[in-house]
Amino acid sequence: MLAFALRRIGTALLVLVAVSVLVFAGCEELPGDVAEVSLGNFASPDNVRALRAEFGLDRPAPLRYADWLVGMVKGDFGRSITTRTPVAKLLRERAANTGILALATTVIAVPVAIGLGLLMALGSGGALDRIGSVTVLALSTTPEFLIGSVAVLFLAVKLRWLPAIAYIGAEAHFGAMVRALALPVATLAIVVSAQLARMTRAIIGNLLGRAFIEMAELKGVGRWRVVGVHALINAIGPLANVVALNMAYLVSGVVVVETIFAYPGLARLMVDAVQARDLPVVQACAMIFCAAYVVLILLADLLALLFDPRARPTRTATA
Amino acid sequence: MSATRINIRARLRLWPGLQRPSLVLALAVIVVCLAAALFGPWLMPADPTDFITDDPFGPPSHLAWLGTDYMGRDILSRLIDGTRITLVMALAATVLAHVLGDTLGLLAAVCGGWVDALLSRVMDVVLSLPKIIVGLVVVAALGPSLHVIVAVAACVYAAGVFRLARALGADLVGQDFVGVARARGEGLVWIIGGEILPHVMRPLLADFVIRVGFAILFLSSLSFLGLGVQPPMADWGGLVRENLQGLSAGSWAPVFPALAIAALAIALNLAVDAVGEQQDETALLH
Repeated sequence: MLAFALRRIGTALLVLVAVSVLVFAGCEELPGDVAEVSLGNFASPDNVRALRAEFGLDRPAPLRYADWLVGMVKGDFGRSITTRTPVAKLLRERAANTGILALATTVIAVPVAIGLGLLMALGSGGALDRIGSVTVLALSTTPEFLIGSVAVLFLAVKLRWLPAIAYIGAEAHFGAMVRALALPVATLAIVVSAQLARMTRAIIGNLLGRAFIEMAELKGVGRWRVVGVHALINAIGPLANVVALNMAYLVSGVVVVETIFAYPGLARLMVDAVQARDLPVVQACAMIFCAAYVVLILLADLLALLFDPRARPTRTATA
Repeated sequence: MSATRINIRARLRLWPGLQRPSLVLALAVIVVCLAAALFGPWLMPADPTDFITDDPFGPPSHLAWLGTDYMGRDILSRLIDGTRITLVMALAATVLAHVLGDTLGLLAAVCGGWVDALLSRVMDVVLSLPKIIVGLVVVAALGPSLHVIVAVAACVYAAGVFRLARALGADLVGQDFVGVARARGEGLVWIIGGEILPHVMRPLLADFVIRVGFAILFLSSLSFLGLGVQPPMADWGGLVRENLQGLSAGSWAPVFPALAIAALAIALNLAVDAVGEQQDETALLH
């Protein structure tokens, strides 16, 4: 089991190394390098050469890759080409904001989604299950910008309950922050919990059809105890797996939601950097998002392994 | 008695699931979108580039049924006009993803060994990355041209297709008819295209339809971020982006294109879902 977990972690690390090569190489493929792009068409050859030297672009690519990788591990992400400030400083300000957004979404979406999935599985075939299933299927293929813009239209513009722009000032107190975060968090939570509720319903529904549940029911155990104790304990493994997976999917949701609400987070930084073709910033953000995604999926796999011994490979299989 | 029962059963199969309101609705949405893409220029009530009103974000009127956009143009006409580029890009990306994914997936299943190991590892790396971030990095490097965007979508989705095709193929490779074909000395191309492909067409087709929906979502997200289709051309995602500022004025302008994206993606999913269930039911009947 430990050997398998270690190998899975090793694979994740290898994936991250592969990603770093791809991200670095992808940004190398520019028609004209960073220096030419950022100086524009009218740059004199001298200026281009000077900027190249400043950003170390005159050295061979493998060396620069090694420097970039070592720097990143040390927390040095290079300097932004448009603002000339260290990327690490930009990241620090933004990453905290995105962290708050993701954390708040998780705290709200997970209990709601698991509760909803449980209710749907319990009332299987009933009105709640059917209406819920269609709604959840529809919501899980709805783009974030539809949910976000409808929410803004009604809650911020028509009813004026909440601000449409999620601006967080440095001196903002708790109440103002909750108000600013309400719409982006709600939008993300709806998207995430739709997926999660769907998967929860499938997991619990699958368990409820099994023999040990029937056995418990035949012994005269109450309905709630059967679901709350017998089924739920066996569902913890798959549920933990599914929760971690959905947290990984938050990565793509965050990109769109931060743009709708002009939220000063990491994803918005990345989108702006892509538009400005500020490659050091793009590279750093891409690495952070990919790392978060890979780690969460690794966590999902490890949790599944921890709770379900059958998922572990047997000795004969590994030999 | 038994004759009528057979009759009813036959009729049920003729119109599979038309008793299902969700399937009817889904098909209606798909047909409307296809019609808009094919016959758009004849269906548009106005020229999508004409300024109907002087005011931005005009309310719905007899001139502009869904109101006007940020430059006073007819939203409905722009929506119909954007259908073609939205659908063509999504279809092109999905076709490419399937050509690539199916070929490599079945190749991996049939060849096994190092071919399978190599292809599977590469696809695993692609699958373990957030798609939108991959899209952003590529657009940052190569710029937002239509070819680049469609190619990224195709590559990102090919990994998922590969996994499905490989799994379907691996189930069949051990079967007698494949062994017989091998013993006959058939080439790789015939074994993949002639022996295995016909047996896995149905699940691959279902995957294709659902994946068109995902491709629409992915491509419109890129356009929404301003990194997909560039103005003056606009797909549905681009229409959401250019009218987003209208929200603060209480305009529905960005909601309609977003609604179109959601409706089509949901319809494609529901259609495949309903057809799948129908097949399960008929399978149970026989």
